[in-house]
Amino acid sequence: MAKLLDYCVLIRSKNAGPFTLTFDFMFKSLDALRKVEQANLLTRELFARLYKVDPDAITLVFHEAALAAKVSFPRPHVQCDMEDGDCYGGQQYAPLMDLSV
Amino acid sequence: MVIRILSPTGVIGAGFKVASFERGIALKPHFIACDAGSTDSGPAALGSGKPKLSREAVKRDLHYLLLGSRQLEIPLIIGSCGTSGRDVGVDWMVEITTEIAREENLHFKLATIKAEQAPEYLKKRYREGRIKPLFPAPAIDEGMFERSHIVGMMGIEPIVAALEKGAQVVLAGRASDTSLFAAIPCMMGAHHGLTWHAAKIIECGAACAVNPGADSLFVHLYDDHYDVETLDLENQLTPQSVAAHTLYENSDPFFIPEPSGVLCTENCVYTALSERAVRVSGAEYRPAKTYTIKLEGAELAGYQTIIIGGIRDAVIIRRLPELLPFAQKYFNAKILDIFQGKLDPATVDIRYRIYGMDGVLGEFEPLAGQFGHEVGVLITITAPTQELATKISTFVAHASSHLPIPEYHGLISSIAYPFSPPEIERGPVYRFSINHVVEPDDPHEMFRTAFQEV
Repeated sequence: MAKLLDYCVLIRSKNAGPFTLTFDFMFKSLDALRKVEQANLLTRELFARLYKVDPDAITLVFHEAALAAKVSFPRPHVQCDMEDGDCYGGQQYAPLMDLSV
Repeated sequence: MVIRILSPTGVIGAGFKVASFERGIALKPHFIACDAGSTDSGPAALGSGKPKLSREAVKRDLHYLLLGSRQLEIPLIIGSCGTSGRDVGVDWMVEITTEIAREENLHFKLATIKAEQAPEYLKKRYREGRIKPLFPAPAIDEGMFERSHIVGMMGIEPIVAALEKGAQVVLAGRASDTSLFAAIPCMMGAHHGLTWHAAKIIECGAACAVNPGADSLFVHLYDDHYDVETLDLENQLTPQSVAAHTLYENSDPFFIPEPSGVLCTENCVYTALSERAVRVSGAEYRPAKTYTIKLEGAELAGYQTIIIGGIRDAVIIRRLPELLPFAQKYFNAKILDIFQGKLDPATVDIRYRIYGMDGVLGEFEPLAGQFGHEVGVLITITAPTQELATKISTFVAHASSHLPIPEYHGLISSIAYPFSPPEIERGPVYRFSINHVVEPDDPHEMFRTAFQEV
C-alpha cells in the first residue's frame, strides 16, 4: 500500500502565528494531488482525531496551482507555552507521513 | 507603468549572495524593502526586547542595503526592527544604521516609526469594546496590558506618511511584512491586488525559489500582472514554487488578511517566463469595512531552570510513565515542607519531557508505548523567581536521580547527568498573551514617527 509521503515531495508543519498550526502537503504532480483528494484521506475528521481538535475549527483546502493541500487549526498548545514542546510547530506532521493512501 | 522592487532577503541578518543583490541593484529598483522580525521563534524576543539575530549579521546585511539605496538614491524600508518590532528594536537598528553611515560617510533623512503600545491607550480601547479577539484568542483583562509588552502591527499608512515627508530610510517597529513592500506601489497608484500579492510572494526573499534560501528576489509590477524573478542565476522559480509560497506560514492560501483588507488569490494564474521568472496575474484585494491593527503581546511566565539527563536501563524506562506523576506529588509536598508553607506549589511548574518516548508530540504521539534502547530526559522547573527555580531544581535533580524502582532493592542512580551541577539557569521565560485586533480611529494613531538627519 502506498503511503502519503510517496505522493508528496514535502510534508511539513509550521506555525501560522503563535496561535495556529498549519500543515502543507506538496504533491509530486497534479495526478498525485487528485488521487489523494479523491481517496478522501486528508479530512477534517482525521486531524480532529489525531490532534484532538474541534473539526469545525479546521481549515482544509486543495490548491492545484501550488500542487498542494493545506490544513490549519488552532494550536493544541499556544506556541512556547509550558506544555508546548515544538516552538516552531515544525515536527507535528510526522505521524501523517506513513498514512496509507 | 512599471514598478521595480528589490527584496534582498527574507529577514535582515539572514544573509544573501552579494552577486544576487548587486544584480538587483543593476535593475534599478524604485525601492528596497526588508523585514527584520518574526514571532516564529517564540515570545522571547517580544518579552525581553532582545533581537534574535546577532548585531554583526544584521550589520553585514544592512551595510549592503544602505550603500545600494544611497547609490541609486531610492528609499530603503526596514520593518519589525530587532525581531519583535519593539521600540528598543528600532533604537538598536538606528544605532547600527548611524554607525554604518559614519563609516561610509552616508547622509540621508531617517524616519523611525515606533509601534509599542501604551497600556493606557489599550485599556481605553478595551473599555470601548474596540479590542476584538481573533480566533483562537486567550482570555484577556486590563491587567494583561500592564504585564505585557505589546506591539501593534502597522499597515502601509505610517510608512507612506514618512516617505511623503521625505524619508529616505525608514526603520519601522512591528509592521506586517507585506506592508513594507506594498507602501510605495500603493503611493504610486498600482493595482492593489497585484501589489499585495507580489508583496506576499517576495517578503521572504528567495524562500519561494526551487532551492529556497536566504537570497534576493526582484519584481516588475505592471498594471495587469507582475513578473517575479530570482536574482541568483543558479536558482529557479516555477509557477508551482511561486504559487506554493502563498501557503507559507499562512492559515489559508486563498484569503490573506491585512490591516486594510483581504488579499484573495483564488483566481491567480501563474505562468513560466523562463527558468528564473514567473508571471502572475489575477489577485484581488477586498478592502475591509473596518480598519484593524493586530496586536502581539508577550508577558513574563516565570524564571526557568532546566536539567538534562538520559536513561539507559530498560527496566527504569518502562517504569517512567507511572513514576513521574508520583514524583510531581512528592515535589509539591516537598515545596510546602522546605519553604514552610510560604511558597504555593501551584506557582511552580515542574515538567518532564522524555525524548525517545513522546518528547516531541506529547499527548499526540501514536507510538508513545514504544521506546528505544535509551531516552533523553529534559526537566523544566519554572518558578516566580530564578532563585526559587534553582532551589527547587536541586531537589528535583536529586530525587529524579534516585527514582524508587520497584524491581530493585537498594539505592540506584536512575538518570545519567552530563553536567555538574545538573541545574542550568535559563533566566526569564515568556508567553504570548494576546491575539486580538484594535479598531483605531485612523491607521496612524497607534504609531509614532520621528525624523532625523543622518
